[in-house]
Amino acid sequence: MVSLRVNGKSLSAKGASTILESARKAGIDIPTLCYHPALPPGGACRICLVEEESTGRLLTACNTRVEGGMSILTDTQRISTARQRMLELIFARHPVDCTICEAANTCRLRLYAARYGVSGGELPRRGELLPITDANSLIHRDYSKCIGCGICVRACGEVQGAAAVEFIGSGPRYRPAATFDHPLDASECELCGLCVSLCPVGALMEKPSIHHGLETRRVDTVCPYCGCGCDLELRVAGERIIGARAEAPAAWNGVSLCAKGRYGLGFVNHPDRLGKPLERTAEGWQERSWDWALEAIAERLRRILDESGPSAVGILASAKSTNEENYLMQKFARAALGTNNVDHCARL
Amino acid sequence: MTNSIADIEKADVILVTGSNTTENHPVLAQSIKRAVLHGGTQLILVDPRKVPLARYASLHLRPKLGTDVAWLNAMARVVLRESLQDTKFVAKRTEGVDELAAFLERYEPEAMERITGIPAGVLTQAARLYARANRASIFYAMGITQHQQGTDNVRAVANLAMLCGHLGKPGTGVNPLRGQNNVQGACDMGALPAFLPGYQRVDSAEVRAKFSGAWGRDISAARGLTIGEMIEAAGAGKLRALLVFGENPVVTEPDSDGTARALDALEMLVVQDLFLTETAQMAHFVLPGRSFAEKDGTFTSTERRVQKLRRAVEAPGEAWADGESVCRLSALLGYPMIYEPAEAMREIAELTPSYAGIDHARLEKGGIQWPCPQAGHPGTPILHTDGFTRGKGAFACVEYKPPAEKTGKRYPLLLTTGRTRYAYHAGSMTVRTALAAMQRQGCLEMNPADAELLALADGDLVRVESQRGALTTRLCLSARSPQGVVFMSFHFPEERVNRLISPAFDPQSGIPEYKVTAVKVALAGGEASA
Ligand code: SF4
Ligand code: SF4
Ligand code: FES
Repeated sequence: MVSLRVNGKSLSAKGASTILESARKAGIDIPTLCYHPALPPGGACRICLVEEESTGRLLTACNTRVEGGMSILTDTQRISTARQRMLELIFARHPVDCTICEAANTCRLRLYAARYGVSGGELPRRGELLPITDANSLIHRDYSKCIGCGICVRACGEVQGAAAVEFIGSGPRYRPAATFDHPLDASECELCGLCVSLCPVGALMEKPSIHHGLETRRVDTVCPYCGCGCDLELRVAGERIIGARAEAPAAWNGVSLCAKGRYGLGFVNHPDRLGKPLERTAEGWQERSWDWALEAIAERLRRILDESGPSAVGILASAKSTNEENYLMQKFARAALGTNNVDHCARL
Repeated sequence: MTNSIADIEKADVILVTGSNTTENHPVLAQSIKRAVLHGGTQLILVDPRKVPLARYASLHLRPKLGTDVAWLNAMARVVLRESLQDTKFVAKRTEGVDELAAFLERYEPEAMERITGIPAGVLTQAARLYARANRASIFYAMGITQHQQGTDNVRAVANLAMLCGHLGKPGTGVNPLRGQNNVQGACDMGALPAFLPGYQRVDSAEVRAKFSGAWGRDISAARGLTIGEMIEAAGAGKLRALLVFGENPVVTEPDSDGTARALDALEMLVVQDLFLTETAQMAHFVLPGRSFAEKDGTFTSTERRVQKLRRAVEAPGEAWADGESVCRLSALLGYPMIYEPAEAMREIAELTPSYAGIDHARLEKGGIQWPCPQAGHPGTPILHTDGFTRGKGAFACVEYKPPAEKTGKRYPLLLTTGRTRYAYHAGSMTVRTALAAMQRQGCLEMNPADAELLALADGDLVRVESQRGALTTRLCLSARSPQGVVFMSFHFPEERVNRLISPAFDPQSGIPEYKVTAVKVALAGGEASA
């Protein structure tokens, strides 16, 4: 442990921690664009500059380790001006269309622009805007909004382990791309969507979530697909699921989900969902009330049980139902029907 | 899994077989990839296809389809021949090693090379790498279990792990990967014909007495029918009513046409599901079900982690949870049950030793890995740390048997099936999401060299025929499949690839042989024949 001062407040921090980590732990916010706690620091955006009081040195808080006796200032006039300049520079090649940007409410660039009083038109435009690269039906890429923070590149290499994206080009054309700038679908990209969920601005967006309204709440639950059992937070707007994130603090899967967990939830609100019990009759499907349908089913079951005994009925439980439901299904088979004819598609 | 996802990155060597992990268990695969990229772990991949994980593998062994026991035994043979076994572990924790050693003499890698197609040198190298590792783990999925010899395959895997002592420590283990999100839970809960919750045997009088005591009804001692047997019994008129919850056997069971005929013979088929699936369309009654986002309860993941599911949105119309309809139906049959998930979990905990310490309130703080034998127990991330459930681990001498299906003049290619990245299972969920646009149709994957022999080109509409049926699909050429092997996923109901598949079962597990079917492929409508 080392002790240091941040804005005059004494803190003790682990020797291996950065200025950013120890300040945030003490509730002191330092703005960051290229930093994400799940990734090694990038040190690319320099918005996290802080001042060392004794020397006047400006340090990037996200990748500078704490030293005993340090005294750090995070909010001096000098720092504010430096941050302002940096934001102005970013906006010199970033479209100022926040009003129609899907990321507006979560965009950190916009948040800091407002905080430091940058409107976007301060400096003359530098170079042309990069065109929108519509990656595929899941991912929307608008590199004119890319701030070159490198989060997507690090996330893909360090967390996802796919290393499918890297930076290409130089100057105003510097941007991330799949290897050889191939289309994402033809690259090593696994469409896990991690880069999209971590991009601090509107450069990468989840297409299925666009124009579905604002998130009204989040519900922490479990992915319905494979046996990994990823913890996922459903993003809900009204009674509609508009997306999913892995951001719950207790999630064993950290920030990761895969294409299915992230983009495969549209079935929940699909118009094909059944809403009424149905009976197949000579005239086709007839809607029935639950009471009517269950009584009809029970009656046939009683007759078959009477005539042929419990071995003539069977239950297929489900690997998609909950534990509690599976428990009740097999209890129903064994205690109510009297048969061990109960199985599920475990073998698939 | 004997071990946890969290300790994957602690392994020095990871052996993955019969699992296209990056596409089927993507988030777990991340840990494997990270271990290789950032942790210096060596990956041994054993898979006939060049699945994406091949990019990360130090060794890729490509056995012929259905020859798993042969290569697994040959690896164990190398371990014993070169005395690479963990003698301490073997002496203390296992029994039957001498019999195994004698038995394995016939499984020299040189002799197995002809059967498996794996060069003896490469196999020997893999065996040494696995055996000498400080910590080594094995991961497998349906590529190992969906064979007529599936149970034997699993035993051969266990032999190898026990010989090398790669069990009961972080970064080791025998780790089957469960395909669907709650397969583990459905098994744990006793949705199995021979087991009550917690794998307590139906044929034990003591177990039955315990459950009859709790449930107030006698439990039948007769083992029930497996899904395949139920379908057979339906076809034979012996099973008269079947209630299906959230499954789509017409698409997922082998021999789709035969399955459909059998279900058609039922006097009553009831299906509860989210959609009017292929199976629901055959039902007499269809009940609207709730999705995972519309109910409370728990799922158990492949690492035995029991996790809380939370209701997020309203269900459409009058959709009910499966548990609700089961309880109401039960009441109508004179055995009232109440659908209250937290209450059901209390009952589960009382009757299931491995879930005894689990309740919904605890799970609010995060999942717990069973066994969790009492309240306050932290759960068990690693199994078999000091002993096996039945004391000593017994080695099994499992003989290699060739798959039931063989290629011949008529059916010269072997078809294997699996999943792909954007689709899931029978597809009724994924086709109704944004993922559908990524892959609207399935296709038959074929090695370009085979295509050349058959004068077929990428994108051709082809007819795939097996002894049992035929279907038409597009051809996509890819070096992923080795020569002589074609691959198809089973997500697309229109294609019903399972209509081609052999109903040959593993007599011990009841698992059909989805992974090996002899087929021929020809231009659809054309005269050309393979
Ligand atoms: S696309 Fe987003 S995450 Fe990637 S470098 Fe640009 S701004 Fe950063
Ligand atoms: S997010 Fe992907 S890896 Fe995780 S449980 Fe869902 S399907 Fe499996
Ligand atoms: S957040 Fe520190 S340099 Fe970007």
